Amino acid sequence: MNNRLKVLRAERDWTQADLANYLEVSRQTVNAIEKGKFDPSLPLAFKFSRLFNLTIEEIFQDEEYSNTEHD
Amino acid sequence: MRNKDINWETRVKGITKLLAVWSGAWTASMALATFGPRFFWDFNETLTIISIILNVTLGIGMIFANKNFIKELDELQKKIQMDAMAIALGVAVVFGLSFSLLEQSHVISFKAEISHLVILIGLTYLTATIIGRRKYS
Repeated sequence: MNNRLKVLRAERDWTQADLANYLEVSRQTVNAIEKGKFDPSLPLAFKFSRLFNLTIEEIFQDEEYSNTEHD
Repeated sequence: MRNKDINWETRVKGITKLLAVWSGAWTASMALATFGPRFFWDFNETLTIISIILNVTLGIGMIFANKNFIKELDELQKKIQMDAMAIALGVAVVFGLSFSLLEQSHVISFKAEISHLVILIGLTYLTATIIGRRKYS
């Protein structure tokens, strides 16, 4: 799954630790999600959504769906 | 202060410390129940039973402390723990039974002790946790 977390974080001048603190997860988890190594659960995706005030689709994009759209 | 008001990281640190305390107490009580009869109370049955009851009680406390620890972790940490537990359980069943078969068929000369299995589970769990953490770092 692709995501815009790094950009969204940079726009707000937040570190991974700041984001982890807001979401009540570890910095390692934020890093793994940001790098696309781990996909968050739906409740955690909603937490991201509320925090950034964006829809889930504006933060996370399904890799397979994105590829199909571009074909 | 309400539990929810405490920072998540602080909460996890506190619960991890609590788990360490319960585990340490359980290990100490295990040593007491193992070596006490021979070295401290000359196989007095009452004291031996008390030491075993203490060991079981602290063991139950440790189980609940571990449950609370897992409950407090975030979803990636839970996944790492779950994967490590699955590997440790699998290794324990497969290699534990194979080890027992080796003893039954007299291929190995020494006795297959439960402590060997506990050490194997512990080391497998530890290794799998470290690998899991590295995988997602």
